[in-house]
Amino acid sequence: MNGIVSYGAYIPGYKIETGEIASVWGADGSAWAKNLNVYSKSVPGPDEDVITIAVEATRQAMKRAKLTGDDIEAIYTGSESHPYAVKPTSTIVAEAISATPNLTAADFEFACKAGTAAIQTCLGMVGYKQIKNGIAIGVDTSQGAPGDALEYSASAGGGALIIGREKVIANINHTTSYTTDTPDFWRREGQMYPRHGGRFTGKPAFFKHVQNCGMLIMEKAGTKPEDYDYIVTHQPNGKFPIRAAKSLGFTQEQFETGLLTPKIGNTYSGAIFLGLSAILDIAKPGDRILAIAYGSGAGSDGFDITVTDNIIDMDRTETVNNMISKMEIINYSTYAKFRGKLNMGTTK
Amino acid sequence: MSVPRFWRELDTRYNLIGSYCKLTKTYHYPRRTFDPDAGRESIGTMEDYQFKGTGEIINCTVVHQAQTGYEIFGPYCMAIIKLDEGPKLTSQIVDCEPNTIKPGMKVKAVFRKLGEDSESGILHYGTKFILREIPQVEDENENLSNIEL
Amino acid sequence: MRDVSIIGIGITKFGELWDKSLRQLGLETGLSAINDSGITSKDIDALYIGNMAAGSTLQQEHISALMADYCGLTNNHVPATRVEAASASGGLALRQAYMAIAGGFIDIAVVGGAEKMTDVSDSESSYTVSMGSDEQWESKAGATFASLHAIIAQSHINEYGTTREEMSAVSSKNHYHASMNPMAQFPFKVSSEAVSNSGIVSSPLRMLDCAPNSDGAAAVVLCASDRASNYTKKAIKIIGSGQASDTLSLHHRKYLNRMPAIGVAAQRAFKSCGKKPTDLDVIEIHDNFTISEIIALEEIGIFKRGEAGAKILEGETKIGGRIPVNTSGGLKARGHAPGATGIAQIVEIVQQLRGEAGERQVKNAKIGMAENHGGTAATAVVHILEAE
Repeated sequence: MNGIVSYGAYIPGYKIETGEIASVWGADGSAWAKNLNVYSKSVPGPDEDVITIAVEATRQAMKRAKLTGDDIEAIYTGSESHPYAVKPTSTIVAEAISATPNLTAADFEFACKAGTAAIQTCLGMVGYKQIKNGIAIGVDTSQGAPGDALEYSASAGGGALIIGREKVIANINHTTSYTTDTPDFWRREGQMYPRHGGRFTGKPAFFKHVQNCGMLIMEKAGTKPEDYDYIVTHQPNGKFPIRAAKSLGFTQEQFETGLLTPKIGNTYSGAIFLGLSAILDIAKPGDRILAIAYGSGAGSDGFDITVTDNIIDMDRTETVNNMISKMEIINYSTYAKFRGKLNMGTTK
Repeated sequence: MSVPRFWRELDTRYNLIGSYCKLTKTYHYPRRTFDPDAGRESIGTMEDYQFKGTGEIINCTVVHQAQTGYEIFGPYCMAIIKLDEGPKLTSQIVDCEPNTIKPGMKVKAVFRKLGEDSESGILHYGTKFILREIPQVEDENENLSNIEL
Repeated sequence: MRDVSIIGIGITKFGELWDKSLRQLGLETGLSAINDSGITSKDIDALYIGNMAAGSTLQQEHISALMADYCGLTNNHVPATRVEAASASGGLALRQAYMAIAGGFIDIAVVGGAEKMTDVSDSESSYTVSMGSDEQWESKAGATFASLHAIIAQSHINEYGTTREEMSAVSSKNHYHASMNPMAQFPFKVSSEAVSNSGIVSSPLRMLDCAPNSDGAAAVVLCASDRASNYTKKAIKIIGSGQASDTLSLHHRKYLNRMPAIGVAAQRAFKSCGKKPTDLDVIEIHDNFTISEIIALEEIGIFKRGEAGAKILEGETKIGGRIPVNTSGGLKARGHAPGATGIAQIVEIVQQLRGEAGERQVKNAKIGMAENHGGTAATAVVHILEAE
């Protein structure tokens, strides 16, 4: 069966705490942290962006699977913070893993589920036997406007999945999606920060799509929540994914491994990849995983996954939790400098 | 840097591609057409080689007056690194406290943004280095196990 | 091969010369040298110019034609050549002229060096200076020119125990010398403590370890020795000339704390005239950074490797000491206009050998050397002069 041949992740080495951000706006930091269930968020260094993170995550996946560039025939990167509006992230990733020129590539956008749409595309290319392996990457370095609620959670990070049909470490048994035109969160061309519909982003958006997609995929797979060892959903804050999982009938033991937002914030297109990586870091053969991504605009992609025996041989020493433990705290001024929020003027 | 001039050296920068001289069994970075020590005889015996990306700091400095494009780093560490295979190169050491970097420390390659032509110009990517072993520092904020669900 | 002599010298003040353009500087110093030499412009067979950065700081290339034009030499279509080797441009221009006369191709040449560094911002002139190193693999990687020398200094300190006081002594001594030089950019004393406490540029180099980026110009008139007395009674002979190259980037060198091109160029200069380091009475050294002066003196053989710092601290290179170095104030205190520096060094040595150095005069100076290099000594050119 076709599925995940390898996985890779990258979380930058800096973080800022909710309380630190709140103090700048005179807000109650511990109330915000509790409210969102987000205590700190990752911050990319000044020389990091979606492209560098995509490369690092992909290189980890390649190394784990002991593949070379010649083995890869498709690369798709999903993000809402690609450094270029025109010129794909995916070709730079391709060059950085020596996969050029015999491959297809494109960049995807669908808010936070851009990367999972890429997984489905890879499954198509692999399933149609046009390629042996394709890579789907979900990465973001999105920003929240200063003083806006999103500033507490918008963070940076991402992961890569190598999709193929040989030496698969996890079969993707089924995938299905639930998509509508719902304007809950958007960013116009040329604008630096996104805007959102406030409480409209909850029930009519996140929950409607995640819940419906969850029910649809379990129906397609003929499964019930008890059949799964893990569930991971998109996680824009630390509360929504818990409510969604519980509403679908899942327990804390099932969702806690993949829930990273309380420590690293919302990595947008990277979130589902990082959550899934955290699960794959410790998964055993036979473990069954339900993954439901969500992207504003809006849609959910669901995946029913079963881990295979091949995962035993994989080097899983550099885990997502290792990366989280290495993050160093920075203050708001360093954060503002790193994230380009300071008006540097035009001296050149 | 102009577009073609940057593009020409993409694999040199991204993937640390240099040369291996089969005649003298030596490594070179960046690529060379011939080994200067062997002269003309070595033309045709050079093949592309991808460095592993691991190495050691030979010497370093903390730069306070930044090079153009590096101002945002505050004081930063520049080092001359010897790759495991032999050749040396010059690179920034990132994600570290610059004053703690010392000769002899082991480093590994990471993929980072080197700069940009301008706000509307192309972005330059390449290889920088980080420490392989981070000096251990106690961080009391690490324990987030009492998160309320 | 014929002997070559210097029959005239000229130099401008070094510094931030806002009112002067590159053309003006070249013309002014050229006229100065010609007046000093006793020739007229009809006697000039060729013009040589050292300039590093006009393309970057002034967007002007073809400096040879520019200078020939503004110096009134194009009426007679005098051949003009611009030579570039970063900060060794001046010394290299002199060597080209010297070889042309020695080889019998021409009899009289005017050699000038001129540079405008202050028309652009500090960060732009600093970036221009780093073009003397490897732009692709050093500058673009984040290395400033100072940071490369900082690594050199770090390496010298690690291996030989060179100290902060020893490096500061170089700068302090050069300022002391410059306080007696009216053409210097910084003609005042600076204490060692001030050097040691100045702001950090790139550890361990501090602000006062580093030469400035200056405007300035200098020129000399060269003449075949057998007819020099037609023009002047003060001819000074170039008895030795040597040049050497090394890798452009510091990381391709075997040793990070040596500048072998300087040693080789000096060797070649000594060999060409049968002289040794102990024969020298006065030396101009390319002290773009204090560590460069320390290493250059070791390479030339004035001091043993690793010992120059201590000897400098003891005062051996001060006027009145065993071997005065940089009586002009050096690059640090006289100023450093990359294309002009190499010629400015020659002007100082000529003044010393003629006995015209005023308060800076080294007693009985008969043989002098000028050491000029570019980049992290990827080009080195050394000349030895003797009073006739």
